[in-house]
Amino acid sequence: MTDNIKIEPVVEEAGERNTRRAFLAAAGVAGTAYTAALAYPIYRYLASPEEMALSATAVTEVTLKDAQKLPLGSVLMFKFGTAPAMLIHHQDGRWVSLTAVCTHLGCTVQYEPQADRIHCACHGGVYNPYTGANVSGPPPKPLKLFKVAVNDTGVEVSRA
Amino acid sequence: MTSKTIYDWIDERLGLSELAAFARHKTVPVHSQSFWYYWGGIALFLFLVQCFTGVLLLVYYRPGAEAYESVRQITFVMHFGWLIRSAHAWSANLMIFAILVHMFSVYFMKAYRKPREFGWLSGMALLGIASVFGFSGYLLPMDELSYFATKVGLEIPTAIPWVGSAIANMLRGGPEVGEFTVQRFFALHVVVLPAIFVPLLAFHLWLVQRHGNAVPPSIEALPPEQRESMPFMPNFLRKDLAMWLVSLNILALLASVFPWSLGKQADSLVPAPAGIHPEWYFMSPFEMLKLLGMVKWLQGEPGEIAGILLFTLGIVLWILIPFYDTKKDSGQRARAANYFGLLAIFALLATTVIGYWTIR
Repeated sequence: MTDNIKIEPVVEEAGERNTRRAFLAAAGVAGTAYTAALAYPIYRYLASPEEMALSATAVTEVTLKDAQKLPLGSVLMFKFGTAPAMLIHHQDGRWVSLTAVCTHLGCTVQYEPQADRIHCACHGGVYNPYTGANVSGPPPKPLKLFKVAVNDTGVEVSRA
Repeated sequence: MTSKTIYDWIDERLGLSELAAFARHKTVPVHSQSFWYYWGGIALFLFLVQCFTGVLLLVYYRPGAEAYESVRQITFVMHFGWLIRSAHAWSANLMIFAILVHMFSVYFMKAYRKPREFGWLSGMALLGIASVFGFSGYLLPMDELSYFATKVGLEIPTAIPWVGSAIANMLRGGPEVGEFTVQRFFALHVVVLPAIFVPLLAFHLWLVQRHGNAVPPSIEALPPEQRESMPFMPNFLRKDLAMWLVSLNILALLASVFPWSLGKQADSLVPAPAGIHPEWYFMSPFEMLKLLGMVKWLQGEPGEIAGILLFTLGIVLWILIPFYDTKKDSGQRARAANYFGLLAIFALLATTVIGYWTIR
């Protein structure tokens, strides 16, 4: 009898501590799940345009209607997916298409026919207008080239 | 550096321990009517929800000519946009409801008496601004219902002699409800009203801190040793937060099970749809004006003016209650105010019911 009485309170105390710990753990899990349930729709809501842009960047080909009429030594700016791109008709008749986003800090670059170069006005980056190679200034990487196919109705630009 | 040193560093500069001591000594009375103390807090919580969801809507909403298109985009294109919009609209309605419950509980507990007159007045002003929030926000989607609700609502000031139509034109931004109206209602809804509401709310809450919770006259009459109270920290706060959680769950349930609809785009050439009616919190005044217009010798303009006058008189009497129901010691016997309150509730409920009944 006396043994039982001595043991019982000890068992109860441990049990109480366990229940308390289990309760706190369950409350923590429930709280986290609740917060996640609130945060998830808000995150998706705010991320919607990003997802739309993702589907737009999945574009692999752009047809530029009537672009075959582009005069020699001039440029046509267009959007490839969501990003700006350029189509250059060089004096020697060659067609070159590249992304128009500077690899340094993302400004839109411009083709300068007189200097025969691609120039970024933001920090003075210079690219080769035939290959896209970064020639001078801060740009770390070349501009990406696209494949160009010219036909009677327009110019097709596609990912290389 | 230990957290104690960091705390001491901040405390020395901001006086955190004074705040903590203040919070420790704050108590909330406990009695049979304590339940009503939560409703101001619920209204506050729903206001915070609206600030939050409002900012989220602001991320994609475009006022002016594109208003409808942008709300359509929020509702049908953006992920969970329907839910954010629904939560905003539902919390607005629930907040008006919570404010009304709070107001009537304050009224019947006679919590407006000295020294709490400013609490009552600022509360009434907050309710007034909340209803303008509701009216201006209702137009922003520019669907059929919001278009006609605004059209009708802005006809009411035209009943005011001489200056009425000038006021209505100023509010509308021209003779017709259109993109200029949306643009100025938008400015009102997201800049002007919050700029007035938030400081007034801070004043209202500061007064509650200053004077503490009022007790109804029946409890006030008890000797101090028979009155019970509980500490604000953490007992009342914990219950308060539990009520916030309950409110959030009810809101989430309503917003997701009954998503707020978006009607057809507003078009001034399309006739008003059958069964069109104001939001529930405007139903009563709308119906009162309609009923007064039916009285034979009040038909037409005199009826409208009489209706507006009567309604204004009722509101003024309601607002001024702290100044003519002042008897503190015989509070229980000051029955006139109670009857006025019951009459107000009866009139509100009856006209609302009649209003909804006559739609069908």
